[in-house]
Amino acid sequence: MKIALLRLVFLLSLGAAALVSAGAASAGTLDQVKQRGYLNCGANPGLAGFGLPDSNGNWTGLDVDFCRAVAAAIFDDPNKVKFIPLTAKDRFTALQSGEVDLLAHNTTWTVSREAGQGLLFTGVNYYDGQGFMIHNKLNISSALELSGASICVQQGTTSELNLADFFHSHQMQYESVAFATSDEALKAYDSGRCDAFTTDSSALYIERLKLANPSQNVILPEIISKEPFSPAVRQGDDQWFNIVKWVNFAMLNAEEAGITSKNVDDKMNSDDPTARRLLGVEGDFGQSLGLTKDWAYRLIKEVGNYGESFERNLGADSKLGIKRGINALWTHGGIQYAPPIR
Amino acid sequence: MLSGALRRSSAAHSALVQIAFVLCLGVLVYEAAAIALAHMRAHHIPTDFGFWNQRAGFDIDQHLIAYSFTSTYGRAFFVGLLNTLVVAAVGVVFASLLGFAIGTARLSQNVVVAKFAGFYVEALRNVPLLLQILFWYNGVLKALPAPRASLAFPGHIFLNDRGLFVPAPTLSPPGFSLPVFHGFNFTGGMKLSPEFVALTLSLILYTAAFIAEIVRAGIAGVPKGQSEAAAALDLSVAQTRKFVVVPQALRLIVPPLTSQYLNLFKNSSLAVFIGYPDLVQVFAGTVLNQTGAAVPVIAVTMAVYLFVSLLGSLAMNLFNRRIAGAAH
Repeated sequence: MKIALLRLVFLLSLGAAALVSAGAASAGTLDQVKQRGYLNCGANPGLAGFGLPDSNGNWTGLDVDFCRAVAAAIFDDPNKVKFIPLTAKDRFTALQSGEVDLLAHNTTWTVSREAGQGLLFTGVNYYDGQGFMIHNKLNISSALELSGASICVQQGTTSELNLADFFHSHQMQYESVAFATSDEALKAYDSGRCDAFTTDSSALYIERLKLANPSQNVILPEIISKEPFSPAVRQGDDQWFNIVKWVNFAMLNAEEAGITSKNVDDKMNSDDPTARRLLGVEGDFGQSLGLTKDWAYRLIKEVGNYGESFERNLGADSKLGIKRGINALWTHGGIQYAPPIR
Repeated sequence: MLSGALRRSSAAHSALVQIAFVLCLGVLVYEAAAIALAHMRAHHIPTDFGFWNQRAGFDIDQHLIAYSFTSTYGRAFFVGLLNTLVVAAVGVVFASLLGFAIGTARLSQNVVVAKFAGFYVEALRNVPLLLQILFWYNGVLKALPAPRASLAFPGHIFLNDRGLFVPAPTLSPPGFSLPVFHGFNFTGGMKLSPEFVALTLSLILYTAAFIAEIVRAGIAGVPKGQSEAAAALDLSVAQTRKFVVVPQALRLIVPPLTSQYLNLFKNSSLAVFIGYPDLVQVFAGTVLNQTGAAVPVIAVTMAVYLFVSLLGSLAMNLFNRRIAGAAH
């Protein structure tokens, strides 16, 4: 009896140890995603234009489209994505721990996040910079007049760090009031707790629409930082890193080649060698990534090229009306530039 | 003799099984930790405290020790810890005073006073604490006027939606630093931020409701015969309360009071919802995010709460032993 019990305990612990070791020698992310049947994507639940679910749970946004494009390339179905809402503060832990396969959360690409936190950024999908919004009644026209002001900011963001840099480098005093979510920070600003609200300037225009009286608030002209937003993956899985990276490049290359979700079927018969390579008519770039030949065709057909996604979520076709600016393709005076597919 | 040997061998067996179980468990925990560490290292996720002496780069508005954005993450930890402790200390003192007042009021002969105290207890302890914090922060303090239209009170005290500004004593030169309106807001003097006030006030009001019940139960738990006997000995009402009822009631009050103090301390971590820079908000929030060292940061935060709670528990137990001894 006792011996049996001993044996049981021993076997149990062996089994548990084997279980843990099995977890350690895990399969690649692509295999895990395929086996699961859907992609886990860490998204911003509260920033219209980048990531926001509506009342029916349908997510929209530039980052959301990106996740859908990755799902389309893998599954031929842009809806095989589970969006996991994350705050700025929790997003890296969720990616590190494997809760999400991919983080598309208007996240600024910095060296400390890449070298120090085990992340890899896959390529900029929006170039932004940080600005300030103030109440009209303050009657100031420059961020340099903000000395002594109270500033509401979201904690755990580059905004919080840039804010400190900006005020200290200009020898100005300020009171930093940091909140866990952007919504809380914005609400505190709206109710008068702070003189100014600071975040990435695209988000300032978006968040201003949420205020009680949007027209009573003005965005100051200064841009105090570089904020290149990029999706990110965990380090240690080169295949997965390549897939996510090239989905972004495929969307940009599609726009450059004039391939849209509407004309992609016609372009399959095109003589243009760039289009033929991108759509998988020539070459086997899809297979070498670990996907199928028509990976780019799928995501262009089902989600669209970068320009379509931009206009739909942020640009002329959205209520935000943000101009392409530096996010235009390099061929149109912007700095969006993708390496060639060949 | 045979049965004795059997019993001994069975006891030995039982001990062996238990030792084997503990060993297996130990190996399992060790293996799991080793695998987790190896994984984290392989993915370049920080597993140690290398970040502790690195520059924090962010500002914390309320700091009881010198701190700026050039200070270290370690310094930010202590700033957050002190901010937590100051809320807990202020909260415990005022929650006790209010709780004792309400608790005795519930036993008052005056029906209006007793009913009001009863209403207070039922209303406050049945609404979730987080809602109360949000109510004070968003509902009440935000309704205060803007700095330029501050409410001014005698003695250079000003109240606006940026906080309460009061004169602060200064050492050199000895005297007072007075709050003066300048630019966007008041400078000089001492500032109590709306976040601090909302958090501390809600913790006091909420915990006081529980303390009141403990006090009421403690006093009611002293047999009526005790005060009747005191009256028979010609002790005045005040004397009866001071020498007979309160010492006996305290023995019933102190142990559950300890739990309420610890609850208040732990509940202060709800600060994160209104942006008060406590330990959780600063260290387990911003520092964790900037460094990515989730495991070390959360481990330290948990250890701090455990350590302070145990310390508080120990102090209250010593106090309890003293009053229990004094009553004999």
